[in-house]
Amino acid sequence: MSNLNTQSNLEKVLKAGHIGVTSECGPPRGSDPEEVRKKGLLIKDHVDAVNVTDNQTAMTRMSSLAACIHLKLIGIEPVLQMVTRDRNRVALQSDILGAASFDIPNMLCLSGDHQSFGDCAQGQNVHDLDSMQLVQTVRYMRDEGKFLGGDDIKRPPKIFVGAAANPFADPFEIRVPRLAKKIACGAEFIQTQCIYNLDKFKEWIKRANERGLTDKTFIMAGMTPMKSVGMAKYMKNRVPGMDVPDEIISRLAGVPKEKQAQEGIDICVEHIQELKEIKGVSGFHIMAIEWEEKVPEIVERAGLYPRPAI
Amino acid sequence: MRLKIPANFRIVRVPCTGKVDIIHVLRAFEKGADGVYVVGCMEGDCHYNEGNFRARKRIEQAAMILDKVGVGGERVKMFNLSSGEGPLFAQYSIEMNNKIIELGPSPIRVAKQNKKNAA
Amino acid sequence: MIIAEKKPIEEIIDEVKDFNRILILGCNECVTVCEAGGKKEVEVLSSALRMYFITKGDEKVIDEKTLERQCDHEYLEELRGNIDDYDAIVSLACGVGVQFAAEKYLTTPLFPGVNTVCLGANEDRGLWTERCQACGSCILARTGGICPVSRCAKRVMNGPCGGSTNGKCEISKDVDCAWQLIVDRLNALNKMGDYEKVAPIKDWSTDRAGGPRTVTREDVKI
Repeated sequence: MSNLNTQSNLEKVLKAGHIGVTSECGPPRGSDPEEVRKKGLLIKDHVDAVNVTDNQTAMTRMSSLAACIHLKLIGIEPVLQMVTRDRNRVALQSDILGAASFDIPNMLCLSGDHQSFGDCAQGQNVHDLDSMQLVQTVRYMRDEGKFLGGDDIKRPPKIFVGAAANPFADPFEIRVPRLAKKIACGAEFIQTQCIYNLDKFKEWIKRANERGLTDKTFIMAGMTPMKSVGMAKYMKNRVPGMDVPDEIISRLAGVPKEKQAQEGIDICVEHIQELKEIKGVSGFHIMAIEWEEKVPEIVERAGLYPRPAI
Repeated sequence: MRLKIPANFRIVRVPCTGKVDIIHVLRAFEKGADGVYVVGCMEGDCHYNEGNFRARKRIEQAAMILDKVGVGGERVKMFNLSSGEGPLFAQYSIEMNNKIIELGPSPIRVAKQNKKNAA
Repeated sequence: MIIAEKKPIEEIIDEVKDFNRILILGCNECVTVCEAGGKKEVEVLSSALRMYFITKGDEKVIDEKTLERQCDHEYLEELRGNIDDYDAIVSLACGVGVQFAAEKYLTTPLFPGVNTVCLGANEDRGLWTERCQACGSCILARTGGICPVSRCAKRVMNGPCGGSTNGKCEISKDVDCAWQLIVDRLNALNKMGDYEKVAPIKDWSTDRAGGPRTVTREDVKI
């Protein structure tokens, strides 16, 4: 995996054998670019790249591509998240070229939360492609220099392509085969769902190791610090595909309310420290939801600072 | 056993209340009935297992339709009793009769009467 | 079969209130089986409308008829002789029947009496569920006989997505995850090896996306 395919800093860091660190930034529900820049600057020096979510939970927000451009223009490397829910193959390819025109070097391909969770529950969804087919599409555009329709692309997009994996969704038996499929489609890095159940995650990555999958892609473990016991309970009970063990909840419940946030950060740091040592874990994707200011502390305490300059 | 029951209703015999359909109830109202009640066996004792459950659902549907067309769903009701309970049958009949008297004539009958008077 | 659901009576009343001679037209096929637009439903709707308008002092002619099919010329032709007796028709057929009747009787206002829901099965008493979206290019041979197009809320071709929990879909605990069903069936068939075959990007031109679809059979045309 030593040949670089893109100008991506994230690709360079991972391929140089360092533990990669990404975080994420949700675009605002408005048109003020300052909000994007502010969030980006909070974490700029502590991460290799910043994911920009694409209308997450199907709530209408500033476009992911536009927010990526704002970050790129102030020197922060974005990871463009793109869901297949809202765009057909024409729009997806078009936005990929748009991103490449600003030299946005990373992309994460997702299917997206169902629109019924968001503010446009009565809207249509598209799902012309699925997330794996989107990975294939970006790779095809980059590596073959062609559109899906077969025509040549002038200046093909040089994009480092990632996909998501949820080790905790059901059925568990196909979670590793599914990862294998995503890799077969061309996913060069994987960012996982938030990990709280370390045992289950380790089992998943062990099986991935056994199949040699961790040699073919970079797996970045997803981390989200809990702000409170209420958040932990909500994640456990209400968020589909989320596995929050009871001991996390009882640990948070065991400290006074005003100290729960700090406890959540501590848990997150401990988890990173533990998973850092696991074979097959190539990096961490720290999703501090509306809590970006805590990312530097987590990264520093987990021993992932300073970030390598390559 | 000679029991007093109101004399102002007509009994329509069916082999099982499962035979009663929504349209039978609606037609009765169309033809000028002020109320309809269906008396079935005790729930769980149906010879055909589900006849009286089907009837209950159909009566509920008929009531909903009668509400929507301005006749009033409270004019139709389902009762359950076992075959030996004559006094209960009489009691239900009186109960239904009183209820209908309280509600007054069906709006359909009133409308038809108005039309006749105008003609 | 085609699954339909009765429209609320209020909605139908609102459509027909300004007409005086109305035909309620049922269909003896799918909508009869799913209890939305057969002879029985025609009787009930007609009776309900008659009662409504009588109580409003606005008595109308409301007739009932149920055709063998509303999606075939020969049965719809049965109306030809009486069509001028009516100011409006309420068709309880699926959207196909309503349109076919509208095309045939150009000058008679026609109103749908049902909402056409899906292509589905009678899963249980009082429960009809979707099985097919008529995408025009069947992939069931590759998905264990379970259709991700009609049964996955994101029609994911390489599923399940990350929202699959305890066999249920992220949109509702009452909705089965199609891909859980697919995996279960592939397991039952001892064909889990097929799971890792990546489904190619689908050609949706045979779906709604390609415009109105037709099947032409020269071999049976006369």
